[in-house]
Amino acid sequence: MGHVFQLLIYGLQLGSLYALLAMGYTLVFGIIRMINLAHADLMMLGAFAAYFLFQWFGGTGSMAILVPLIMIATLLFGAGVGFVIERFAYKPLRGRTTVASLVAAIGVQLFIENLMRCLPGVGALPKNFPTLLPKVNINIGGYQISSVQIIVIAIAALLLLFMQRLCYHTGFGKQMQAVSVDKDASSLMGINVNRVISITFSLGAALAAICGILYGSLYPTIYVYMAGTIGNKAFISAVIGGIGSIKGAMLGGLIIGIMEVFLQSFAASISYGLCFVILILVLLYKPTGLLGGKAAREKV
Amino acid sequence: MKTVRKIFKPEYFIFLLIYLVIVGLNKMGLINAYLFQVITIAGINVIMTISLNLVIGITGQFSMGHAGFMSIGAYISAIVSRLAFQVLERTALTDNLILLAAVVAGGIIAAVFGFIIAMPTLKVKGDYLAIVTLGFGEIIRAVWRVVDYTGGALGFSGIPKLTNFTWVFIILLIAIYASRNFIKSSFGRSCLAVRENDIAAEAMGVNCRNYKVLAFVFAAFMAGVAGGLYAHLIQFIQPDNFSAAKSTDYIVYLYAGGVGTISGSIFGAVVLTILPELLRFLNDWRLVIYALLLLYIIIWKPYGLFGGREFKFLNLETIEATDSKLRKWIRRRLRRKKEEAKS
Repeated sequence: MGHVFQLLIYGLQLGSLYALLAMGYTLVFGIIRMINLAHADLMMLGAFAAYFLFQWFGGTGSMAILVPLIMIATLLFGAGVGFVIERFAYKPLRGRTTVASLVAAIGVQLFIENLMRCLPGVGALPKNFPTLLPKVNINIGGYQISSVQIIVIAIAALLLLFMQRLCYHTGFGKQMQAVSVDKDASSLMGINVNRVISITFSLGAALAAICGILYGSLYPTIYVYMAGTIGNKAFISAVIGGIGSIKGAMLGGLIIGIMEVFLQSFAASISYGLCFVILILVLLYKPTGLLGGKAAREKV
Repeated sequence: MKTVRKIFKPEYFIFLLIYLVIVGLNKMGLINAYLFQVITIAGINVIMTISLNLVIGITGQFSMGHAGFMSIGAYISAIVSRLAFQVLERTALTDNLILLAAVVAGGIIAAVFGFIIAMPTLKVKGDYLAIVTLGFGEIIRAVWRVVDYTGGALGFSGIPKLTNFTWVFIILLIAIYASRNFIKSSFGRSCLAVRENDIAAEAMGVNCRNYKVLAFVFAAFMAGVAGGLYAHLIQFIQPDNFSAAKSTDYIVYLYAGGVGTISGSIFGAVVLTILPELLRFLNDWRLVIYALLLLYIIIWKPYGLFGGREFKFLNLETIEATDSKLRKWIRRRLRRKKEEAKS
């Protein structure tokens, strides 16, 4: 029983990472109906940004000030990269077929990964992520919980709550919803559609960059190609929860995270494949996802 | 004279010439064994790209798991040849016969899986289909990782070297002709109609579901055959050889050459297989160039580097010709429907 509880905590930490990433997929898909395959690469960029920031400024000042600063810098960096990608790779393709933007996303993914690999100082070899968050093991009734886990889960939960409020309780959130329903009509209502799309993209990218720091803190090996499988699983979480729904992304992330940890404890080699089996089953029997409701919106 | 021209089409001579030049240069030592191997792999990649073109370019269904079909073909054919050589001795005759049998068996099993994967495509479209096919490729890879008979994650080694350039060239020609005739046939026209607008096609009485399945099965068969050739050329296959990155490679070849055209597929696959060998001095940067090339093509050159043209000698239809013929075909079909409705 204790074993199960321990696994549950691991599942929770992995699930909160997936939920953060899935949020980005959901935001972008919700607003321009596009699967941003390069989304997880922003997580990799975020992790590397934090890694280099810490290398350059690591010795200066106390950790209590430095770490939040690094986080904010990474967040801004992620938002900036997201903005640039949207502006130069995806915006010219708006109005073309979904397949075109999908191929563009593949192109961006290849570009980011291979450019990072070529850059001096990065390379293909894995890097050790610095310990940014304080690591203290806490013993609760015989179970080991590290403070890193608690901080990561707390940050993820805070960000998710923030997004939930932003999307459903602010003017900007209303604009996002309007654009996602009908771009032409929203533009007639005086909403600057391009600006809303750019900001949404940057938001998703910033979440992914923060996710990179959290990932690095939990699993301290980062490498250029780490995005592939994580990105796919996060996307699966978004679809399972109901793509376009923010609560769905959280639920999906937790389900996939917990399921993966449990599967990995007895059938490691097939757990990745099984995620896809679940995805296909969900798409076949409830294409709108668990929390997607009955919305019969055209999904092309 | 006309019949003579019908039997001896100029394209035959050009194909023969290409074959003789490559083999001749190899015999003369101007193409070393390594480059010859690269050219053979380019041939296999062309088969794969033509097969992917049938799904993406002709039927308009985005598939990101084409390496999955290839891996099925590769593994099944390797198993067939292993079983066969346990009974038979290796001679020139059995080598070729068994290669043919193994490759066809691989293709058939891949086609069966193509049928299975086509089922979900009836329900999901566009981006979702891309993810389902990606998932299919990953599931297949996960399965090969746990099958002990084929060496699991370590890979399947000791496959006899049966594939040679001649075989690849012959099968490549068959693939070109098969897909050319497919596009010109009623099946191909229906697939094109599905690509252009599946709701309109359905309204005209094209059974979208059947044609999507047909395209997937046909393409999967070709991919399986290509996988079989690949396995017997490289002599060692591993589940990770057929990862999502491999599928992405073929998508890049297809879009670089020009999606929707056979000549574009040939051009893209050949150039992008041989180019990296010539760009060795750039090391990892060539992958960055690849990515930029892909982005450039998708944003500014929707018809690819080959510009939607076709090799003249292949006697293929250009995109415009296909479009106008498709329109005629649709009009004929509408007229027939009207007449049926009247009577």
